[in-house]
Amino acid sequence: MTSTFVGMPAFPEAARTALGDSQLRANLAHATSTIRAKRARVVGEVDDWEQLRLAGAAVKDDVLLHLDEHLVRLEEALTANGAVVHWARDAEEACAVVAEVARSHGVDEVVKVKSMATAEIELNEHLEALGIAAWETDLAELIVQLGEDLPSHILVPAIHRNRAEIRQIFTDRMAAAGRPAPDDLTDEPARLAEAARLHLREKFLRAKVGVSGANFAVADSGTLVVVESEGNGRMCLTLPEVLVSVVGIEKVLPTWSDLEVFLQLLPRSSTGERMNPYTSTWAGVQPGDGPQEVHVVLLDNGRTRALADEVGRQALRCIRCSACLNVCPVYERTGGHSYGSVYPGPIGAILNPLLRGVGTDEQTDSLPYASSLCGACYEVCPVRIDIPSVLVDLRAQVVDAPRGGIPKPEAVALQAAAAAFSSAARMSLAEKVSGFAGRLLGWQLGRRGRTSLRRIPGPGAGWTDARDAPLPAAESFRSWWKRTGGRDA
Amino acid sequence: MVTCLNDALFPDAAKAVVRLLHRLGVDVEFPEGQTCCGQPMVNTGYVEEAVPVVRNFVDAFAGYDAVVTPSGSCAGCVRHQHAIVGRRSGDVALQERIAETSPRVYELSEFLVDVLGVEDVGASFPHTVTYHPTCHSLRLLGVGDRPTRLLSQVRGLRLRELPQASECCGFGGTFAVKNADTSVAMGSDKARHVRESGAEVLVAGDSSCLMHIGGLLGRQRSGVRVMHLAEVLAST
Amino acid sequence: MRDGVSARDDILRDVRRAVGEARRPVDVPRDYRRERVVEAATVDLFAERVADYRAEVVRCSLDEVEARIAAALPPHAQVVVPDGLPWAVPGAVPDDRLTPAHLDGLDGVVTGATVGIAETGTIVLSHGPGEGRRAITLVPDLHVCVVRADQVVAGVPDAIRLLDPTRPTTWISGPSATSDIELDRVEGVHGPRTLLVILAG
Repeated sequence: MTSTFVGMPAFPEAARTALGDSQLRANLAHATSTIRAKRARVVGEVDDWEQLRLAGAAVKDDVLLHLDEHLVRLEEALTANGAVVHWARDAEEACAVVAEVARSHGVDEVVKVKSMATAEIELNEHLEALGIAAWETDLAELIVQLGEDLPSHILVPAIHRNRAEIRQIFTDRMAAAGRPAPDDLTDEPARLAEAARLHLREKFLRAKVGVSGANFAVADSGTLVVVESEGNGRMCLTLPEVLVSVVGIEKVLPTWSDLEVFLQLLPRSSTGERMNPYTSTWAGVQPGDGPQEVHVVLLDNGRTRALADEVGRQALRCIRCSACLNVCPVYERTGGHSYGSVYPGPIGAILNPLLRGVGTDEQTDSLPYASSLCGACYEVCPVRIDIPSVLVDLRAQVVDAPRGGIPKPEAVALQAAAAAFSSAARMSLAEKVSGFAGRLLGWQLGRRGRTSLRRIPGPGAGWTDARDAPLPAAESFRSWWKRTGGRDA
Repeated sequence: MVTCLNDALFPDAAKAVVRLLHRLGVDVEFPEGQTCCGQPMVNTGYVEEAVPVVRNFVDAFAGYDAVVTPSGSCAGCVRHQHAIVGRRSGDVALQERIAETSPRVYELSEFLVDVLGVEDVGASFPHTVTYHPTCHSLRLLGVGDRPTRLLSQVRGLRLRELPQASECCGFGGTFAVKNADTSVAMGSDKARHVRESGAEVLVAGDSSCLMHIGGLLGRQRSGVRVMHLAEVLAST
Repeated sequence: MRDGVSARDDILRDVRRAVGEARRPVDVPRDYRRERVVEAATVDLFAERVADYRAEVVRCSLDEVEARIAAALPPHAQVVVPDGLPWAVPGAVPDDRLTPAHLDGLDGVVTGATVGIAETGTIVLSHGPGEGRRAITLVPDLHVCVVRADQVVAGVPDAIRLLDPTRPTTWISGPSATSDIELDRVEGVHGPRTLLVILAG
C-alpha cells in the first residue's frame, strides 16, 4: 500500500498539524542546518559561481523559449540511437506507456531510480493497481515506501525521519517486501545503509525492467543523464534488459557542453558536495552494454501550462536540487507534507499552482501564500528562479480568478484599506478613529499597568494568539506634523 | 516617506528620522498627500486595488531629490513592485512617472551612507544592542553592512551578534495573519536568538518586523525592548 | 491517440502556443571558467580531492602499476578485468558476458579510466577498451581504478570537452555513498564500497 497526497488540507491547516510535532521539527532543523552548512562551504570555494548561475539560467531560458525545436531534435537523436520515444500529455498517458512496456515483457515487478517525474505522475500506485510492484531503490524512497509514508523533500524524501525511526521501519517492514532486516540491526547510519544494500541486491540482480527519470536530456546527442549517490541508479540503468525513462519536457539541454554548467551547479546546490558519487549518461542503446531495449517518455502534465505563464515560466528552469527547501524558514518548520505535493518548499509553492492552474482548489491556491517572501530561496537558487516574484504574481492570479463572484472577507478588508490609502484625507480620518480608539484603550490598559494589547477580537485574533499587538498611537505622525511642522522632533 | 505603519502605530520612529536628518542638515518635508506604498495589497495579490494607491504615491512624491523611508520593506516595494502595478494599470503615463520616482527612494541607512556619505551621525546610546537585518533590506535592497557600520559609530553602544541573524523573523505582511502559526513559530525562534544575544535592545530597520518580534518578546516577558534604527541613530 | 490527435502533436502545439511571441534568441554568458591549464599542482589536487571522499589513493610511477594492483587485491581474489586492460592482474577473470549474479560472486574489478577531474575528485569511465561495460564496475564490491597523471584535467568543462556524448559514461566521485539518513554522509550502499585509485605517472 502506498499513500497519496489526495485530499490534503490547505497549507495553513496542514502546517498547524506539522508545527505541533516536536520530533518532526527537531529532525528537520537538524537536517536542514547540516545541509545548509555543507552547501555554503562548497559553493564558497567556486570563484565563478555567479557566472555559472547566470549561464545556467540563460541556457534554460533559451531551452524554454525554443522548447518545440529542442524536443524534436531530442526525439530524432534518441531514435537514431535506438531508443523508442513516447509522448505523454498527462500522468495517465505516461503511466500507461510504462505499464504497457512492463506487460509486454510479462513482468510483475520493476526496479526504480528515484525520480520526481514518476512520483509526480504517481506511477507506483498506477502499476500497483495493475498488479506490478514498483520497487523504490533509493534509500530515502525505500524508507518512505516501506513506511507507507509520503515524501517530504525533493532530494531526501525521508528527511522527516530520524535514524531510530528508520531502524524501526526496516525491522517491521522489510520482511514483507523481500529480504528481512538483519536481526541485530542498530540505528547506526552505516548499518542501516547496509541493510538496504542487502535487501535490494536480490531485486537488482533479478530485475528485467528498470524505470528512471532523467536530470538532463541532451537534444544534440540524445544523451540522458542521471545524477545520484548510492549506485542504485547505476543498478537500475545498467542491469535490466529494458529501461523506461520518464522525462519532463523541460529537462532538455541543447548540447552536451551545456552539462559543464549544470554538473557544477547541481551537486553543490543539492547534496553540498563538489560532485555527487555517481553520474550516469547514456545515449539510447549501447550494443553489448546495459539495457538493449530503451524507452523514453516525454511528459507534459502541466508543463506547457506553466510555460504559458510569462512570470512563472522561469520555474521550469528548476533542476530539482532542493537548495530552496533547505534554506526556507517556512519549510524548516512545517516540513514537506504541509505542501500536499511531491514538490514541497518554495519551489513547490510556485510549481504546483503553475502545473495545475489556480482558482480550482483551495489547497493549490493556498500555496503561493505559504511564504514570508524573505527571499532566501532566490539567493541560493542555482538557476536564479526569482521565487518571491513568482509567488507574488501567483497571489494576484489567485485573487483575480474569482473576481466578479462573492468577495472573501479578506478582499473586503484589503479593498477598504486600498480605498483609504488612495487618498490622504481618507487615511487621516481612519487614523483619527483608530487614534481615538488607541487613546481609549491605552487609558483602560494603563489602569492595568500595560502598554500593549493581549487580545484583539475578530480577524485580529490570529495576531494576538501568541503576540502582543501595539496600540494605535494617540497622535499619528501626520497629525503631529500638521501641528508642529516637524519642529519639535 | 513615513510609511502607513509608522504613521499610525509607530510615529516615534518617523519623528526620529526627522530629528536625525535635521541634525545632519537635511531639509526635510512630509508631503501630506502620502499614504502607503501599496505593499499590503500587492503582496496579498490585490494588484488591481494597488493601482490607485501607487498613483497616489507618485503624486505625493513627484519632484523630490530623494525620498527617504525608515523601512527596507517599503523601499523594496517601491523599487521592485511599483513597476508591476504600473503594468497592471495599462496606463503608460503612470508607468513613466513610476520609472522617475522609484529609483529616488532610499531606505534610511542607504540614504545616510550612500547619499550623505556619513557613518558617524553623532549619536549616543549607551546600551547593549543586537541588530536584526530584515529580509527586504538584506536581500531585496542589498543594504549589506550599512546599518551595522552606522551603529558601530554610536557612542556607548555595545553591539552583540544575533545568532542566525539573516533568517526571516516570520512577519511577512499578511503572512503573519494568513499563516499565523508558522509566523509565530519563526518569530519565536527569532525572539529566542534575541534573548541569547544578551542584548537589552533589539534594533532593526523595519517597524513591521519589530512589531512582530516585539510582540513575541513582550508576550514572553523577556524584558528586551525593540527600537527602530532611526530612534537609536537620533539619540544623543 | 486521443480524439484523433497524437500526444506529440498536441504537446508541440501547446508549447508553441505557450511561448507565443516571447520566442527570441537568448545569449548565454559563457564567462565562467571553461578552460584551465593543467599544472603539477592539478594532479596533487586530484589526489587530495579523491581522498576527501574516503577513497584510497596510491601514487606511483607507470612502471609500478602492476605491482600496486597486485598489492591492492586481497590474496586469492577473483577479479573481473575488461578487454584491453594494459596491465596484468593476478586472479583475473575476463569479462566473458558475465551475468549480474556471476559478477556478484566476484571479489573486485580492475579498470583504467578516461578522465580524472581535479577540482571535484572525479573519475570518468567511458566504458571502452580497458574500462569495460558498465556492469563490471558496479556489481563487485571493490573497484581498483588506474588513472594516469596525463589523464587528469582541472575542471568539469575540461572533462566534458574530452568525452563523447554518444558513449555511455560513468562519473565516479568516491565510493558509493548516501546522505539519506539525517543528511550525514555514509559510504557504502549499492556500488563498490571500496574504491582504490592508483594514480600513475
